[in-house]
Amino acid sequence: MLRFILHRLLVMVPTLLVVSILIFVVINLPPGDYLSNQIAELRATGQEAGLAKAEFLRHEYALDRPLAEQYLIWVGVWPGPNGFTGLLQGDLGWSFEFNKPVAEVVGETLWFTVILNLAAVLFVYLVSFPLGALAAIRANSWVDYLAATIGYIGLATPNFLLALILLYYGQKWLGLPIGGLVDAGYEDQPMSWAKAASVLEHLIVPTIVIGLSGTAAMVRRLRANLLDELGKPYVVTAKAKGVPPLRRLTRYPLRMALNPFVSDIGSLLPSLVSGSVLISVVLSLPTIGPALLEALRAQDIFLSGFILMFISLLVLIGMLISDIMLALLDPRIRLGKGRRS
Amino acid sequence: MLKVEGLSIRFGRAAGPVVDGVDFSIGAGQSVALVGESGSGKTLTCRSILRILPRGAEVCGGSILFNKGAGKGGETVDLLTLSRAGLRSVRGNCISMIFQEPMSALSPLHTIGDQTMEVLRLHGHCSRLTAREQCLSMFERVGFPDPDRALRSYPFQLSGGLRQRAMIAMAMVARPRLLIADEPTTALDVTLQAQVLSLIKALQAETGMAVLLVTHDLGVVANMADAVVVMRAGRVMESGACADVLGRPLHGYTRKLMAAAPCIPETMAPAPPPPFLANEPQDAILEFHGVAKTYERGMKRVRAVAGVDLAVRRGQTLAIVGESGSGKTTLARLAMLAERPDAGGSLLFRPDPDQPPVDLLALTGPALTAYRRRAQMVFQDPYASLSPRMSVGEIIAEPLLIHGVCNSGERRTRVRALMEQVGLDPGWACRYPHAFSGGQRQRIGIARALALDPQLLICDEPTSALDVSVQAQVLDLLESIKRRLGLSLMFISHDLAVVARLADRVAVMRAGQVVEEAPPSALFSAPLHPYTRALIAASPEPDVDRPIDIATVALGAGKPDLWPEPFRPMSDGAAPPLVEAAPGHFVRRAA
Repeated sequence: MLRFILHRLLVMVPTLLVVSILIFVVINLPPGDYLSNQIAELRATGQEAGLAKAEFLRHEYALDRPLAEQYLIWVGVWPGPNGFTGLLQGDLGWSFEFNKPVAEVVGETLWFTVILNLAAVLFVYLVSFPLGALAAIRANSWVDYLAATIGYIGLATPNFLLALILLYYGQKWLGLPIGGLVDAGYEDQPMSWAKAASVLEHLIVPTIVIGLSGTAAMVRRLRANLLDELGKPYVVTAKAKGVPPLRRLTRYPLRMALNPFVSDIGSLLPSLVSGSVLISVVLSLPTIGPALLEALRAQDIFLSGFILMFISLLVLIGMLISDIMLALLDPRIRLGKGRRS
Repeated sequence: MLKVEGLSIRFGRAAGPVVDGVDFSIGAGQSVALVGESGSGKTLTCRSILRILPRGAEVCGGSILFNKGAGKGGETVDLLTLSRAGLRSVRGNCISMIFQEPMSALSPLHTIGDQTMEVLRLHGHCSRLTAREQCLSMFERVGFPDPDRALRSYPFQLSGGLRQRAMIAMAMVARPRLLIADEPTTALDVTLQAQVLSLIKALQAETGMAVLLVTHDLGVVANMADAVVVMRAGRVMESGACADVLGRPLHGYTRKLMAAAPCIPETMAPAPPPPFLANEPQDAILEFHGVAKTYERGMKRVRAVAGVDLAVRRGQTLAIVGESGSGKTTLARLAMLAERPDAGGSLLFRPDPDQPPVDLLALTGPALTAYRRRAQMVFQDPYASLSPRMSVGEIIAEPLLIHGVCNSGERRTRVRALMEQVGLDPGWACRYPHAFSGGQRQRIGIARALALDPQLLICDEPTSALDVSVQAQVLDLLESIKRRLGLSLMFISHDLAVVARLADRVAVMRAGQVVEEAPPSALFSAPLHPYTRALIAASPEPDVDRPIDIATVALGAGKPDLWPEPFRPMSDGAAPPLVEAAPGHFVRRAA
């Protein structure tokens, strides 16, 4: 098992390397870069004074060098103007758009993004598991139809609309706060229980909104899997052994139906991150999404490059987690190598 | 002990009963066989005893009285009206069940030890520790070489035979009074079947439990049962003591089943060679010379076929017999050029007796297409090998279309002619495969194979998915077509009895090699190789006076190192050569 995890971790390294090349090439595909755009603009408007600074930055961040060299400097395996200053050294680069280091731009939002998405994943699993299981066991009953209805609503309603509706009624009936991460009063204050509670309160609506479509899809998937498994001969065997109904269900088919459920973690994480951009804008949440949008639009290469790298890392971690869990759950995967027939 | 009276089962209220007024009873320690073809309702009947009917099926009449026996309560209950909790205490405890497919009937996620101990724990027989001990001794009893390891094994890590043994251990561990075995050996090879059947018999003798055996195989019945219940279309046709029913069948249906049951003749007159062959003994339409095939699975190399020399003579049938994994299907695929053999071997095809043979492996382009026209295949599974989205006419016409042989008018006439040839009504050409029974589907498959006027027909287990009576019809059809069209046949089967009916030569394969090759008369009356002997001994005969000789089976099907002297692998581990022991009778042994 340990070797398996180690192996998977090692495989992650070349994967990340390839991903980083792709990202760097893709964000450099549009002609020009942030600074050359700015220089052109300054020239056009006749503000010669700013030019020197822009040229300085261009040299400082090696944007005047060939693309391959830029990439190597960005990763941190090639000396730039100030020695090795790349991702490997923990230097995330400079955001031209926000005019401060990328680390400062991203800083807090990074953590909030992770927290929000973890909450959403948790929500997806906690809701879809019992709902999906019930829908399968009581197939074609009111529970099933209710789950289906919730699912269709979740899939069909545009998320931002749902966000607005929930915000409005959440505020009206439950007194939930609108928008933002914490109450204005707690901003810039050190972490305390009250502040944590305020954060949690603010998390409720976004979590539901971001997680709902994922939940709907998951419920349908679990229901289909479990229905399949319920008809399998080994369930009949368990019945013939005299296993009582609840134990029969949880011990046999439910465990089998969990497999696809678990393997979805990997793909769920990134889709939540990228899917939450619009919602973050609507709810004015300080997540990484809006920053990414802004960075891509302005060709702010270091900022967008880092955010994309971060999302890729999330995907890989998600895959790793789901693979480890699959191996723990299913002996056929764990021991599959020495298969005899 | 168990008394089934007037049992009726139906699917939905509207439909008529599929099991209709079935009566039979089982005494303590007795074994009763429920025999019938598919659709006879035998499986539904046995499942209703434990009330594990499939969705939609419901019992609509009758009673199933069961006496729990002195050790487990003693009272007599009606299983059909028993409360759920009461039923649970019977299931697995007093009555247990073995299923046909152990791979799917065992949970893939739990060790077999876990699944077996569950029975003991559920019925509150003992603590965890004694459960483990009982489990171990049961595993040892059913023949696991290393019970301790078996306890920790998952089903997918075991071979088919061991899986069924695990299933039996699970069913037996609580010492039930009645064991229901639903086609327990149908998914197994004959030699394994013989060993599993003898195991069930031995366990029955030890514990004094009763057995209800559900099977379609009269040979299995003759070996196992004290009493027989013959079912057809949901009704009991005939029942009585095994020797009576099989020895002097009274009902016409039983007689028909007996007649269709294939059996290996003890002696066979050598068939006279077909006249047009007598002067040309060397005329082989297809020859294998040192053909081998190795598959690579990850790091492992599997030799599916290891150096086979065989010849299909013109106008004759070469049968290839072997158990699963013997390489016989790979050989068929190689002959069809569906796969390329390893370098070194050669395949020679002689379309015309006067012409020199063609090297099949050197063929390309149009010459290869021409060969594909001359060699056609009939597949094992008539359900999976016909596209459900094409009408029968389209299926049969497809080869004509692919090879562009004739225009659409001629195609229609050809399809009609082909359908008549295989005994199908040409008016059915626009129907789809789902409207046909298994036997009819296989006829469609044969018609498709005949469409291009092939010279060589390769049949890969064409009847193993069919009921015995249908199997007999399909074999007759193949034989008559072969005679009429002068075809040469390569017939692959696991069933010696089927082969005995239509082969001119039989090759027995084991682990990718031919171990014995002879005309059937010589092979069945004087088999030389221990493995051939085991195969013949393991085939159950529908005759109570000829039980399976388990010692012969165990010897021949065991490890090659344990075979008697001349047949053993040589000192370097290689198999001995194939030598001619009698004219035309080859066997693999030290010269």
